[in-house]
Amino acid sequence: MDFINSHILSLMTFLPLAGAAVILTVPGGRDNLVKTIAAVAAFLPIPLAVQLWFTYDRTVAGVNVASQFQFVEHYSWIPSINVEYFLGADGISMPMIMLTTIISFLAVIGSWNIDKQIKGYMALLLLLETGMMGVFCALDFFLFYVFWEVMLLPMYFLIGIWGGPRREYAAIKFFLYTLLGSILMLIVMLALYFNTTDPETGGHTFNMLHYMQQSTHNGWLQGFDVRILLFLGLFIGFAIKVPLFPFHTWLPDAHVEAPTAISVILAGILLKMGTYGLMRISFPMFPDVTKWFVIPMAILGAINIVYGALCAMAQSDLKKMVAYSSVSHMGFCLLGMAALTPAGMVGAAFQMFSHGMITAMLFFLVGVVYDRAHHRDIDGFGGLAAVVPVYTFFITVAFFASLGLPGFSGFIAEAMIFIGSFGVFRTIVMISASGIIIVAAFHLWALQRVFLGPLNPKYAQLEEINAREIFCLAPLAVMTLILGVYPMPVLNLMNASLIRLVDVVKMVI
Amino acid sequence: MPLGNLESLRYFLPELAITTTILLLIVVHVVGKNRRSPAAALLALVGTGTALLFAWMTPAGEGMGLFEGMVVLDGFAVFFKVLTALATAIVIFMSIDCLELADRTQAEYYVFLLSVLLGMFLLSSATDIVMVYLALELVSIPSYLLAGYLKGKASSTEASMKYVVYGATASGVMIYGFSLLYGMTGSTQISEIGRVLTMGTVPLPALLAAVMVTVGFGYKIAAVPFHMWSPDVYEGAPTPVTAFLSVGPKAAGFAILVRFFYTVFASPGDADGMWKLSSSVDWPFLFAVMSAVTMTVGNLIAINQRNVKRLLAYSSIAHAGYMLMGFVMLSTAGLKAILFYLVVYLFMNLGAFYVVVLVENGSRSEDISHFSGLGRRAPLAAVSMAVFLFALTGIPPFSGFIGKVYLFAEVIHQGVYWLVLVAGINSVISLYYYARILKVMFLEDPTHTGELSVAFVPKVMLAILVVPTLLLGIYWEPVIRIAESSVRILTN
Repeated sequence: MDFINSHILSLMTFLPLAGAAVILTVPGGRDNLVKTIAAVAAFLPIPLAVQLWFTYDRTVAGVNVASQFQFVEHYSWIPSINVEYFLGADGISMPMIMLTTIISFLAVIGSWNIDKQIKGYMALLLLLETGMMGVFCALDFFLFYVFWEVMLLPMYFLIGIWGGPRREYAAIKFFLYTLLGSILMLIVMLALYFNTTDPETGGHTFNMLHYMQQSTHNGWLQGFDVRILLFLGLFIGFAIKVPLFPFHTWLPDAHVEAPTAISVILAGILLKMGTYGLMRISFPMFPDVTKWFVIPMAILGAINIVYGALCAMAQSDLKKMVAYSSVSHMGFCLLGMAALTPAGMVGAAFQMFSHGMITAMLFFLVGVVYDRAHHRDIDGFGGLAAVVPVYTFFITVAFFASLGLPGFSGFIAEAMIFIGSFGVFRTIVMISASGIIIVAAFHLWALQRVFLGPLNPKYAQLEEINAREIFCLAPLAVMTLILGVYPMPVLNLMNASLIRLVDVVKMVI
Repeated sequence: MPLGNLESLRYFLPELAITTTILLLIVVHVVGKNRRSPAAALLALVGTGTALLFAWMTPAGEGMGLFEGMVVLDGFAVFFKVLTALATAIVIFMSIDCLELADRTQAEYYVFLLSVLLGMFLLSSATDIVMVYLALELVSIPSYLLAGYLKGKASSTEASMKYVVYGATASGVMIYGFSLLYGMTGSTQISEIGRVLTMGTVPLPALLAAVMVTVGFGYKIAAVPFHMWSPDVYEGAPTPVTAFLSVGPKAAGFAILVRFFYTVFASPGDADGMWKLSSSVDWPFLFAVMSAVTMTVGNLIAINQRNVKRLLAYSSIAHAGYMLMGFVMLSTAGLKAILFYLVVYLFMNLGAFYVVVLVENGSRSEDISHFSGLGRRAPLAAVSMAVFLFALTGIPPFSGFIGKVYLFAEVIHQGVYWLVLVAGINSVISLYYYARILKVMFLEDPTHTGELSVAFVPKVMLAILVVPTLLLGIYWEPVIRIAESSVRILTN
């Protein structure tokens, strides 16, 4: 038990990888065994996450104070350049860690019907989970970067091998875009490394928490021009991941071509890494530049909200519509963060969590209908509600959650974001609010075209959603509802840290 | 005080081992009845292994001049000896597995291979311009023969011919540069030349000499604009030879480039671990531009290649460009980064070529289309190839990433941001063409059906190359320490 408690984050990160290694040793042809091992490996982090949930002390903030991080594991890795194996959790990472365990496990279950090269698929999926967990736990920039990049490899293959007709194009586009952002991040990371000193050892350091103390910066790094450039380098890296306009063009391609479960992970977790990076790294390391940059960030957020929603409205492909709706919803996160108010920041973090669940549901649901009808053309259906009532129920729940209906978690998040940001930049928020109407419009319009109206006779025999698919959807739907009525469990988890984050950014000058 | 000829022999065991092996191989060639017997390969392997072992164990405390100052025995030389011997040993394994070479005379081939190795040993330890020239030619001339070893194949003959013409021109220009240096300083010892140049000379001849010497060395490391020979030679030569040329002589070229320029045109500076220019020739800037151009040209041209060998040829040009970044920083850390990069480059590049050999054995072609569906036809080879290609791109957790981190880090440390931006963008470009091979291997269905069987020995060899490529991406402390200590000795 002691070992588990003292290495809980490592275990959560590397158990899936161990599962992947086991899968590779399974002889060919034993597909069910492979799936079972994958499910077990993806499930094991969940009890650990429950353990985290109950032992996490919600009163301490973390963010930039090393001693306030919990479940810390801190070892020297490469002493000659002070790279450390440094994991820890605080209120910014806790919700993301929870989300990752749930979504990854559901993604494995959701992939049960994959039959092409299942061994490779499951091994890559588990490797992906390791990368994601690592990103959310790492507190050493070098380690963070390694995990960040490790995710690219499985993602490339998962889209490229198991994806749709234009999968090759989508896979390489995703890879190139993200690598471009990563290289910028690498350059910034190395520039930070050489211009900061570890207060304890006097050497250079990759420790993120040290970067957040201005006293560790040398003269060069205190120059505002330099800081702007470094901030922008990081910002572009994260913006590509979010994705922010104009770096979003990889997203519709990747989403449309990726297999269902991978779209779920992509939208549910990967996109959040961009905003997580801003919260974890950009904001506390460059508070002065952040304040200087809030208006552009808010404008970018507003563009994302409105432009993403308009794009979604114009789509005839159901999956592409959902993909663009993610662009819109991630814009809310940015808007809330840019406000630099406690309500805005908490709203943004809650939106990350809530959108992770809602969008995962949406992509699962799109996958369900695609598996049966083999197309996703919104105008190609009609009146499905009469044939598949249960499926219609779930998609209605998901759509209403996604468009921000009160009673669902998305509403709480968006309301908090608007409350938090309205006082700071009124015009931008008012423009953004129009996005809500467009979001509602395209969801309802799609709902009407697909499920209402006269039944398209082609789909009179459409098969109803099965138990496994309900198993993937039900937990998410229930959580969205509960958190929509009573969001405190998640809000309590992150409040202290996010309020500290706002203070950290605001305190400077 | 350098040792005399006889006393030096004690410290010359690695080279003696190679020489002995070469002589034995010639005997085997003359006496042996079966010219295709694997005995020659085994003998060559034993010889290389012995040389490697001797080189590893030589006491290289501080620089010790041998043969009246012709060569020096220091950590820097030992590092390159071990590196090139290791490359040669792997290439010998590769040659055994290569069907292209199977019906050729064996012993001769290994004689040439080991002659190049001997040349590389000498080149990495040469401290006298006469010795530099001789060693460079000892590397070059057997290389010409190796490139043209497939006598019946037109492209192989063309490769050899091109190689000779370019090589002769480059070394001609280089020796002209040497003569200028000798004229200015009156010595053939590079340390003495450096000392005299520090006292102040006419800048123009020094600059001219530097440029001319650069032609010779630039040709060896295949840096733009002296790279023209390499795509044709790499494409035409037997694949193991291509692999060898892209790693061994390139490493030796870097060894002499560093030793020469850091002795003749630079001297240890006041700050710890830094160097300063000893004459008014601003060669670092020249090489910085060369580095940027080399990586950009290599990567851009590689995008359009359909022949995998040619693609890897251009990629190895680009990698020379990356390594040159460490060369221009005038710092110990920059040199350390080169040395480390050479180690990881050895494994990942030889590994990539090894897979090419295996595919070529099955299809007799290096066209990229023959890699289609390799992920299903030969999973082990395909996955290994993926590891090597990701490492070459510089993606963690593979060793190539760490190599790039050290190079990038030093460039950033010295504040040359334009160069690191160029290198960063180049890394992204390189992903595009490496990923083309990945795409063909994993994303496309096989156009050539049938399993590609990989025998036991190649499997083991692949594992031997994959493991360091992975391991050095996760834990590289010991290797970076070796690189560091090897460079420190050069400073003294």
